[in-house]
Amino acid sequence: MSLVASTDRVTAYAKTGAPRRRSSGTGAVFRALNFASAMLVLLVLAGILGSMVVGGWPAFREFGFFGFLSGSSWNVGAERFGAWPAIAGTLMSAVIAIVVGVPISIGIAIFLTQLSPRWLKTPIATAVELLAAVPSIIYGMWGLFVFAPLVARSVQMPLNDVVEGLPVVGSLLYSRVPSGTGIFTAGIILALMIIPFIASIVRDMLDQIPPVLRESAYGIGCTTWEVVRHVLLPQAGVAIIGAIMLGLGRALGETMAVTFVVGNANRLSASIFDPGSTIASRIANEFNEASGMQLNALIALGCILFLVTFSILIAARLLIARVGRA
Amino acid sequence: MATSTLNPSEMAGAAPREVAWGRVRPGRRIADRTLKVGCTLFTVIGVFALGWILAMLLVRGLSALTPAIFVNITPGPGTTGGGLANAMLGSLILTGIGILVATPIGVLAGTYLAEYARTSKLAALVRFINDLLLSAPSILIGLFVYALFVAPFGGYSGWAGSIALAIIAIPVIVRTTEDMLRLVPNGLREAAAALGAPHSKVITLVTWRAARSGIVTGIILAMARIAGETAPLLFTALNNNFWFSPTLSGGVSNLPVTIYQFALSPYGNWQELAWAGALIITATILVLSVVARVLIRKEAAR
Repeated sequence: MSLVASTDRVTAYAKTGAPRRRSSGTGAVFRALNFASAMLVLLVLAGILGSMVVGGWPAFREFGFFGFLSGSSWNVGAERFGAWPAIAGTLMSAVIAIVVGVPISIGIAIFLTQLSPRWLKTPIATAVELLAAVPSIIYGMWGLFVFAPLVARSVQMPLNDVVEGLPVVGSLLYSRVPSGTGIFTAGIILALMIIPFIASIVRDMLDQIPPVLRESAYGIGCTTWEVVRHVLLPQAGVAIIGAIMLGLGRALGETMAVTFVVGNANRLSASIFDPGSTIASRIANEFNEASGMQLNALIALGCILFLVTFSILIAARLLIARVGRA
Repeated sequence: MATSTLNPSEMAGAAPREVAWGRVRPGRRIADRTLKVGCTLFTVIGVFALGWILAMLLVRGLSALTPAIFVNITPGPGTTGGGLANAMLGSLILTGIGILVATPIGVLAGTYLAEYARTSKLAALVRFINDLLLSAPSILIGLFVYALFVAPFGGYSGWAGSIALAIIAIPVIVRTTEDMLRLVPNGLREAAAALGAPHSKVITLVTWRAARSGIVTGIILAMARIAGETAPLLFTALNNNFWFSPTLSGGVSNLPVTIYQFALSPYGNWQELAWAGALIITATILVLSVVARVLIRKEAAR
């Protein structure tokens, strides 16, 4: 009780703007330092946006914004640059990551909050969080040396025998060179990388739901499935969508792991098993050797990536914040 | 009615009240089982993936790990042997400078949010932007630093790489600092203020001290985050197979980019070194994360 009262008082004290002591020189300097550091955070974001727009401007002017967006050739020799193959690769790998990663993440969150025996909770939660700490080049190496051969051997080759020559499915799933690298493999690696993020946010959300809701649902005879489906998921619904979008933002911008396994082809292919490229992998691959218009085009790609990921992240944060307040 | 409770197929349309004790309609039971089995399976997949990745690192990394790695520098193409000494030292220096730059900025910004402007609109905006930067694609930060420092000054340098790492570390430190300062009971602040201490003294002598281990945890987490970052170093610190100059101008060799280039190379000894480097870097990061978790748990227990 006393704690609540004192919180109110301090909040009011902070709201009115702290002690205004004209005499205290060090205090004013200290406050200014704090303020400047906080402003630096804003400045960094503005700086990123600014440098992308300025650097990419020549490419946007040369090809037109929508022309650059929809251009499908990336020809360094002829100085023709179109972003579409990279955009399509980015979207496709991110969609695969979401489709595969989201059910697994939510499953892990439900397991941790509802099903797991008490002694198993901490080890599993720790393992999942350590999965988030592993650097992305390690995922890339695992993808290239362990997972890609596996995909080639046990997914692409058998699938090729089945779908070869079929009308729509054939062009979507047939791989010309069953090497294991491609958009599909990149998507699976991305799924693995976003699982810890989505799972830990969803777990926190499920933990925040008042236990009395769950208990009363069990009390009227609901099964675990019904409690999850009709009580927990609707309660956490918006926040789960926010968490998924946060994962999507990460999947879109992930660079190193994707660069290892995506195959880095400049052409656009209909099949999800063919090599492709994403915006981030294209930048990582070409930037150091690029000059002139290619450099501008790569920064313009970065600008597109910035706009897309930040809009998604903003939406995600707003959704999560709304639930946090409610 | 007694027979129908024994025959579940007839119970499908019955009102819940008539479903007798203990007997659950098969549809419900199957849905329930599916959920339980599915969630358990997914958890097993997640834990299995971590185990698989770590096992791969241990098997291939340990066999490549020799004392020579810590002494010799990275080999040129087509040679034999070699080590990672320059890359490891370069990574330490880049991460160290990055943390040295990020710590004061991050702690001060976090302090501003927690102590000076808890409820202001501006603070809410800073908090929001900070959360965005927390999950910003790191390659964009590399591009930004390239445009800011590398292109205008005409050269790659360790300083540019460190600044890129610092930009990634700052949001982590801001966030944990603010969270940890908010855990400090207000009674402490009030007691210090009642003794006549100005706000700046209350913060530096009381709240920072009370939240010290939490703030340190944030710094360790930031270190773990940037130690393995590769993308922002590609176009800032660059990488090469030599010792870097003491002024850190020109390319500075570093572990993540070395691993990236060596793993994709056709040379056997390069790939071996990449595995050894991967093991070293992952072990370092996992140790840092575990230390941070233990510290946080201690702080929460207090």
